[in-house]
Amino acid sequence: MPDILALFESHKEWAVRAARLMVGVPDYDTYVQHRQANHPNLPIMTYEEFFVERQEARYAIGKGRFRGCC
Amino acid sequence: MDTQATKGNGIQSKLLWTAVVALGAVSFAIVALTRGEPVNAAWLVIASVCTYFIAYRFYGLFIANKVLGINAARQTPAYRHNDGLDYVPTNKYVLYGHHFAAIAGAGPLVGPVLAAQMGYLPGTLWILAGVVFAGAVQDMTVLFMSTRRDGRSLGDMVRSEMGSIAGTIAGIGILLICIIVLAVLALVVVKALIGSPWGTFTVFCTVPIALIMGIYARFIRPGRIAEMSIIGAVLLLGALVYGRTVSETPSFAPYFNLSGTTLALTIIGYGFVASVLPVWLLLAPRDYLSTFLKIGTIVLLAIGILIVRPDLQMPAVTKFIDGSGPVWAGGIFPFLFITIACGAVSGWHSLIASGTTPKMIENERQIAFIGYGSMLMESLVAVMAMIGASVLHPGVYFAMNSSAGLIGSTADHAAQVISNWGFVVTPDILTQMAHDVGETSILSRTGGAPTLAVGMASILSSFLGGKVMMGIWYHFIILFEALFILTTVDAGTRVLRFMIQDLVGNVVPSFRNTKSWANNIIGSGLACVLWGYILYEGVIDPYGGIWTLWPLFGTANQMLAAIALTFCTVVLFKMKRQRYAWVTIIPSAWLVITTVTAGFQKVFSADPAVGFLSHASKFSEALAAGKILAPAKSAETMSRVIFNDYVDATLAALFVLVVLATVLFGYVSVRKALGSPKSTAAEADFGAAVGSGHA
Repeated sequence: MPDILALFESHKEWAVRAARLMVGVPDYDTYVQHRQANHPNLPIMTYEEFFVERQEARYAIGKGRFRGCC
Repeated sequence: MDTQATKGNGIQSKLLWTAVVALGAVSFAIVALTRGEPVNAAWLVIASVCTYFIAYRFYGLFIANKVLGINAARQTPAYRHNDGLDYVPTNKYVLYGHHFAAIAGAGPLVGPVLAAQMGYLPGTLWILAGVVFAGAVQDMTVLFMSTRRDGRSLGDMVRSEMGSIAGTIAGIGILLICIIVLAVLALVVVKALIGSPWGTFTVFCTVPIALIMGIYARFIRPGRIAEMSIIGAVLLLGALVYGRTVSETPSFAPYFNLSGTTLALTIIGYGFVASVLPVWLLLAPRDYLSTFLKIGTIVLLAIGILIVRPDLQMPAVTKFIDGSGPVWAGGIFPFLFITIACGAVSGWHSLIASGTTPKMIENERQIAFIGYGSMLMESLVAVMAMIGASVLHPGVYFAMNSSAGLIGSTADHAAQVISNWGFVVTPDILTQMAHDVGETSILSRTGGAPTLAVGMASILSSFLGGKVMMGIWYHFIILFEALFILTTVDAGTRVLRFMIQDLVGNVVPSFRNTKSWANNIIGSGLACVLWGYILYEGVIDPYGGIWTLWPLFGTANQMLAAIALTFCTVVLFKMKRQRYAWVTIIPSAWLVITTVTAGFQKVFSADPAVGFLSHASKFSEALAAGKILAPAKSAETMSRVIFNDYVDATLAALFVLVVLATVLFGYVSVRKALGSPKSTAAEADFGAAVGSGHA
C-alpha cells in the first residue's frame, strides 16, 4: 500500500490537473505564466475570475462544444 | 516500422511482442472455441487488451507516421495561438484524461448490452475489429486534421475541404444526430426509473444537490472544484442510501413511483429549464459530479471484473443471430453493427476530436496516443459492458430486455415465454433478482442501463458488501448512468438550441442573438419539442421504445462516422497521400454499406418487424378492417403507431440521403484533388518557431 500512496503522491499534481481539465478548467499557473511572459502590461485574472471565465466558456452557446454521449 | 519502441532493444522488444501476440491468441481461442462450459470473463479482457496493444503499436503508429505523416517539428495550435485558456500546450497524459472523459458516455455502456441478445461473441468481435480499423482510426485522423487546421470543428472543415453544400449537409446530419441522441438517451433514463421510487428519488435529488454545489462554488468558496465535488458526492451517497427508506415508506413512495409519461414530461421540462438557467447554477455542477462519477465507476467496474473474474452465463452465440431476437429486430448484418455503435466506432467522437482537444496538443507526435489510445479505452469500456450483461442468467437478461408486449407483465408468464425460447428460467429467479436489487419487478426494464446495473451489482456485491449491498450497488449504477445522461441532455439541449438559432437565423437574422431572453426561450423550447417528441413517442410505444428507436440512434451515429471518414479520405487525397487512403476508405465503405442497408431496410423491408412502412401498412389494413393488433390495445394506439412509423421512416430515409450525398461530394472532391498536381489541403501555416504568429 505505501508504494501506491507514494506513487500517487508523486503524480498528484498531474492527477489534479487532469481532473480539473476533465471539467474544462485548465491549469491556472500556466495561464498566469503565459500572461506574464507575453502580455506583461495587461491585467491578469484572479483564480476566481479565471474559474468563472472558463466555466462560462465550457458551455458557451455558439462554440458548438460537444461532449459525452457515446 | 522504425518507431522508438523497436529502435533501442531489438530482440527484447521482439520477444515481448511475440509474447503479447501469443497470449492474445490463446485468450481468443478460449473465448471463441469453448462450447458447453462457461468461459471466464478474464479471458475476454485479456484477449481485448492484447488486441489493443498490438493494434496501437502496429496499426495506430503506422497510420500516424506513414499515412498522416505527422511532423514533430510542426507547430501545433496550442503554441501558435497560446492564450492560456482555450489554446494551452498540455501534458499528454493530462490531455488523454481530458479527451477520454469527453468521449466516454452512455453509448458504449448500452449498445453492447443490447447486442448481447446474439450472445457475447458476435458483439465482442465487432467491438474489437471495429475499434481497431474504424473507430480509433476516425478519432485519430479527425484529431490530426483539426490540429492541422487550428482546432476547427468538423462542420467547418467539411465546408472548407468539400464545399459549402457538403458542409450544410453535414450540418443537417449533426442536427439530426443531436435530436436522436437526446431522445434515445433520455428514454434510457425513463425506462430505468419507471415504477422505481428508490431510483427516481435518488435521481431527483441530484437537482437540489447540484444547486447547492453551484452556489457553493460561485459565492461561498469560488472555484474550489474539489471541495464542491466532495460535498456533492457525499450528499449523493446520502440520497442513495436514504432512497431505500423512501421506497419502503408508504407515505413517501407514491410521490416517486411514476409512470413513463410523467417521467418523460418531467425530463423534457427539466431539459428546458436547465438550458435557460445560468450554467453555474445547475449545468456545470452536475457536469463536474457526473464526470468524476463516470471515471470513478469505470475504474471500479474494471477492478471488480479483475477481482471477481466472473463466468459468462450467456452463450457465445444464441439462436437470435437469425434476426428474431426480442431486444431489437434484425439480423447480424447490418443491425448488430448499428446496435453496438459507439463502443466500436462513434461518429459523435469526430465532433469531440475537432473540439477542445486539438487546441491543447503539445506535439503532433502525441496524436496517436491521445486519439487512437482514448478510443481503445472506450472500446474496453464497451467490452466490460458486454461482460456486465453476459454474467447474468440469460433468462434474467431476456426478462429485463423484452417488452411487456412479448413476455407479459407477470414473472410466471415471462418465465414461461423465455423458457420456451430455450433459456430455461423459473419465476422464482426473476422475483428473487428483483427483490435482491430492491425493486418490485425487473421485467421489461429495457434500455440496457438496468441490465448493466444488475450485472455490475452482482459483480461488485460479490466482493464489496455481499447480497445486502446489492440494492445499493444497483441504484448506484442507475444513478451514475442517469446522472451523466441527464448532463448530456442539459448540455445537448443548449447545443441544439444554438444550432436551431443558427439555422433559423439564416432567415430571421435577429434570432441569432444568443443574449436575448426571448430567443433563448423560443430556441430552447424548439429544441425540447424536437427531442421531446421522439422521447414521448418512445415512451408510449407499445413495443417499448428501445426496440424501435435504438436502431435509429445507431444509424444516425454510424452515419456521422461515415461522414467524418469520408472527409478524412478526401483530405488524404488532397494531401497527395492517396497511396495510403485505403486506411480510411475501407472503414468509410463499410459504414456507408451498413448505414445505407440498415436505413433502407428500416424504411422498405417487407418484414413488418424491421421495415417501418410495411409495419405501418400492416397496422393501417388492420385498422381499416376494424381489428386491433397486439401489442396495441385500442384503435387510438393503432393510429399513433402508424403515425410514428411514418416519422421514423422519414428520419431513416434522411440519414440515408445525408450519407449518400456526402459520398457523392466526397467522390467529386477526390476527382478534383487527383486532377491537381500538388497538395490542395487547406492546412494552417506551418508556423516556424515557438511563439510566432501569436493570437
